[in-house]
Amino acid sequence: MAIFLTKESRVLVQGMTGAEGMKHTRRMLAAGTQVVGGVNPRKAGRAIDFDLSGLSGAGESAGATVPVFGTVREGIDATGADVSVVFVPPAFCKAAVTEAADAGIGLVVVITEGVPVHDAVAFQSHARRRGTRVVGPNCPGLITPGQSNAGIVPADITGPGPIGLVSKSGTLTYQLMYELSEFGFTSAVGIGGDPVIGTSHIDCLEAFEDDPDTELVVLIGEIGGDAEERAAEYIRDHVTKPVVGYIAGFTAPEGKTMGHAGAIVSGSSGTARAKQQALEAVGVRVGSTPTETARLVRAHLTR
Amino acid sequence: MDLYEHQARELFDEYGVSVPEAEVAGTSKEARLIAERFGGPVVVKAQVKTGGRGKAGGVKLAAGPEAAELTARQILGMDIKGHTVRQVMLARPVDIAEEYYVSYVLDRATGGFLAIASAAGGMDIEEVAAERPEAVARVPVDPDRGVTAAEASRIAAAAGLPAEVGPVLERLWAVLVKEDAVLVEVNPLVRTTDGSVVALDGKVTLDDNARFRQSRWGEGDTVRDSELERTAAAKGLNYVKLDGRVGVIGNGAGLVMSTLDVVAGCGARPANFLDIGGGASAQVMADGLSVILSDPGVESVFVNVFGGITACDAVAEGIVQALGAVRLTKPLVVRLDGNSATRGREILEAAGHPLVEQVPTMDGAARRAAELALTG
Repeated sequence: MAIFLTKESRVLVQGMTGAEGMKHTRRMLAAGTQVVGGVNPRKAGRAIDFDLSGLSGAGESAGATVPVFGTVREGIDATGADVSVVFVPPAFCKAAVTEAADAGIGLVVVITEGVPVHDAVAFQSHARRRGTRVVGPNCPGLITPGQSNAGIVPADITGPGPIGLVSKSGTLTYQLMYELSEFGFTSAVGIGGDPVIGTSHIDCLEAFEDDPDTELVVLIGEIGGDAEERAAEYIRDHVTKPVVGYIAGFTAPEGKTMGHAGAIVSGSSGTARAKQQALEAVGVRVGSTPTETARLVRAHLTR
Repeated sequence: MDLYEHQARELFDEYGVSVPEAEVAGTSKEARLIAERFGGPVVVKAQVKTGGRGKAGGVKLAAGPEAAELTARQILGMDIKGHTVRQVMLARPVDIAEEYYVSYVLDRATGGFLAIASAAGGMDIEEVAAERPEAVARVPVDPDRGVTAAEASRIAAAAGLPAEVGPVLERLWAVLVKEDAVLVEVNPLVRTTDGSVVALDGKVTLDDNARFRQSRWGEGDTVRDSELERTAAAKGLNYVKLDGRVGVIGNGAGLVMSTLDVVAGCGARPANFLDIGGGASAQVMADGLSVILSDPGVESVFVNVFGGITACDAVAEGIVQALGAVRLTKPLVVRLDGNSATRGREILEAAGHPLVEQVPTMDGAARRAAELALTG
């Protein structure tokens, strides 16, 4: 089992024919993802050959051919796609997500970094109304190891296992997956570091709670906003599985954006300390370093 | 990017929001000339991108040109919460009958904007909200409809503000949307004794991600607190200056923030945040190292890379090339882990630079970098 993404998921890539789109489509294919099409109105009707040799996980299928459609609608009609991964540049992101939602796709994963806030507000609202789940923007996407990979998470860090992971940060996700590679993961979701994101820590906690194969959830947060505090309340009221947390940004100065657009302490709000305290107050163990966080998880799972 | 008050005032004026007559001066002489033109008393206001100017003595009433010159001389060069005052704005005073608070802020929890309004203006709104939550109206704005005339009246009414505030709320919403702002705040918005509604102060924060379609303010208006931040920005680096002794370079914002924390946990303070991102090319590594090594506070440098998509051997090659271009003056502790870490470590080992030391774990490497900084 897994959350949001399984081996049945049929994935379209919006912006597949760009450099990033090509690079990561190839990796997604090698990880076993059913990439059923790309979308680019200017290249509709073409088919792109991917050489998968040299990528781990590619198995005996050393190549794949992926058709390009003019619109998401055409892609869905031809392939039954239910997931879209978006690599288009920031200026075109709003149109891409809106198009995918209008075409009725269930899940849109927005990798694009640098999306204007007003555009994000508009497309998130539109997608919500259409019943489309958005992950991101400015995120690494999500992976269900051994089944499917929608985004840019390296697929060869670890395999399937009992841990669910939700994180604002890409590299911290990879770091924790690596440190816990002996156990493996049901799904790992990078929700993104922007102030306006589609899928929250809470959405993932809810899904992991319902997923029978997830035994424990790792929750990674960082400074800015109060998503972790709200997640803590949710855990208190709704989550029965053990949750282990990690928060980055204790040393971040007030008023400075730390890399991610959403990672900023404003006045006294959004501090790492407040997030840690909120999580600990509801019984979540919070590691002081990624390695210590992995140790806390290990202690739980080997008990 | 935050705008200065005088820039916010200019925007408000352009969108039809009444603002006081005002001009900006960079010297006390200019301040005097402006006050002479205005005639009568003027308010002299420090132009800095931080709050609490009044309490810091950065806002003063001057009776006439001579007093304006004197006051400007006092305020110019003043340090307000680490911001040096380089300009003052001189404004014609208005006769205030009532003071209000209005703003549009991004609400992360709902992924939309929130209108905040209160009849208790001129004060710290967070304090008002904490002491008298009922005095502050918070109205979510529908992202599709925005703030229409009807919606603006509803917001004004919710806060107990007079109907004349409605059109101002509508125009401020236009500022927010058309200028790609993520915050528009007016505190105080006043009703004058002659019944007009005037924005006496203004704070506007623009969305950095929207720069590609908003060219008006340019790159030059961004405040960089230090020379190092300016240099780093010019090289396109994602760098924030801190005040410790361990320079930090890493890949990915989350991992770099985490690295700073782990260094601090080892008893040393980090000197900076620097995220070199996914690619981690030799050029970016060289630029990063040169900025960090020119920080006089730095005693050691910690390069913390987790190879995800980027392979560690490529990162190691980048470090070796960078060390050919930049003279290393402080010890460099490198931790490479993840994709192709073994090959990456071998490459660094083979290069055999006397000041480069490898530690395989993040916690261990942070400890070592802290130790070197404290003894160095």
